[in-house]
Amino acid sequence: MKSANWKPFALLAPSLSAVFFLLVIPVCFIIVYSFWLRAPSGADIPAFQFGNYAKFFADFFYPGILLRTIRISLETVVICVVMGYIPAYFFYRSTTRFKQVFLLLIMLPFWVSFIIRTMSWINIMGDSGLINHFLQFTGVIDEPISMLYNEFTVLMGLIMYLLPFMVLNIYVSLEGIDKNLLEAARSMGCTEWQAFKEVTLPLSLPGVSAGSLLVFVLTAGTYLPPMILGGPGNEMIANLIFKRVINTLDWPFGSAISVILLSLLFVIVWTYNRYLGINQIFKSLEGE
Amino acid sequence: MRSSSLGWTVIKMYTFLVYLFLFAPIVVVVVLAFNPQQFGIFPMEGFSLRWFIKLAQNESILDAFKNSLILGTLTAAISTGIGILAALAFIRFDFPGKNTINTLLLSPIMIPEVVLGVALLLFLRFLQQPKSFLLLLIGHVVLTLPYVLLIVQARLVGIKKEYEEAAKSLGANGFQAFKEVTLPLLLPAILAGALFAFTISFDDITATLFWATAQNQTVPVKIFSMLRNSISPEINALGTVMIVLTVTTPLLAGYLSRKLSKAR
Repeated sequence: MKSANWKPFALLAPSLSAVFFLLVIPVCFIIVYSFWLRAPSGADIPAFQFGNYAKFFADFFYPGILLRTIRISLETVVICVVMGYIPAYFFYRSTTRFKQVFLLLIMLPFWVSFIIRTMSWINIMGDSGLINHFLQFTGVIDEPISMLYNEFTVLMGLIMYLLPFMVLNIYVSLEGIDKNLLEAARSMGCTEWQAFKEVTLPLSLPGVSAGSLLVFVLTAGTYLPPMILGGPGNEMIANLIFKRVINTLDWPFGSAISVILLSLLFVIVWTYNRYLGINQIFKSLEGE
Repeated sequence: MRSSSLGWTVIKMYTFLVYLFLFAPIVVVVVLAFNPQQFGIFPMEGFSLRWFIKLAQNESILDAFKNSLILGTLTAAISTGIGILAALAFIRFDFPGKNTINTLLLSPIMIPEVVLGVALLLFLRFLQQPKSFLLLLIGHVVLTLPYVLLIVQARLVGIKKEYEEAAKSLGANGFQAFKEVTLPLLLPAILAGALFAFTISFDDITATLFWATAQNQTVPVKIFSMLRNSISPEINALGTVMIVLTVTTPLLAGYLSRKLSKAR
């Protein structure tokens, strides 16, 4: 390229400085703060000590929440794959002219605020919600069953939030499959099911794994569904951060927990990228 | 090609159920917003607009709406502006460290919003600045920039450099060539990016809850604080207004832009 070398950097300057000053430096601050001390008065004292981390791993309480976060994230991933693969396959194979409408509809939840999607479950599963009302109306039960504020409802909220990401990731990778391969498989005598099992499914796995990574990362960092749809025993790591920073103003400890969460996600994303490559994820987001 | 076998029917049914799962809760929010009763969500008796009227008379909710609209508009303008420049750099030039810089600019997608929320707040605390509208604005720009960048980049790849070169060979300077040739072709992506940035900003709750103050509450933050008590028809009504706004705007824009491009 002959064009002057400064040009691309001039074009990049605004966004690079935004990300540098508003993301890179602040994240470095979290790391620095996680070593600071919190005085009994509530003031933060610059220091270099591992007390905040020691506090986190002192007993089973905090590591338990970390493990629960990982478990709930994995559960969400599995449910999203099970619920999301078939609709993605439906879009891929559908030949109706409504295909675009179906696709648009699956993206529609992206345009509805997370808080509304989360709270909407209260209308469905609350004591005077749709399900209880229906069961009482049909005479199955006399008193409302309390269904809210447990891990199941937290999962409902999470899936509602994350399922579209999974469907889109799988769909994008299905669309990328060369249809000639399928025809070849069929012409060599494969049944439809065999062709799916031997050709389509393996070739769509990159989409499944990209979707899984995205869903895992987003679940592990969220606090809204546990806060609104969960009980005291369903807190995840992000709830802990929220409480420490917003309620008790314990910045050093809050920072240490943030660093622990970031490290966990970093290890996962790094390992993924090392073996599978991360570009697939951005590819599916372009479609939005 | 496809046999309309039992398998396909099962797939259709399954997809339908997944749609039901995704949409039933949202539909119920909208339906219950018209519930005239004060307490008890179901059964519904009658149809009324009283909760919408109550919303329109609530000063603090109107303020939240104003804040959200201003914030979303400014976020969209800034993020789209700097996003276009960055996309041009990535697609039109080669330079050292290109991939690394691209990944860096897209990284806010992979960083949990909670961490982003804490980080920016901590930085502000270090600078000894109070929370303000500006914090929300710069925070939302960082949140939305990657999406704008992805959308504009994807479109720009498809606009050949040769078009601009042809314009230049006919005597246009670099800026004119961009303005007259590339920009009009890029316009749909710019609009899509700006709309997406607007809705992300308008809908965001996770990071915004860290940054908002009592003075500059956004609508989602307002809904969050109202939920503290319990769900009410009023919250459902507010949710309905949000849904109508953030869902119809992009649909309408998409429809209009398709109509416009056909008219040409």
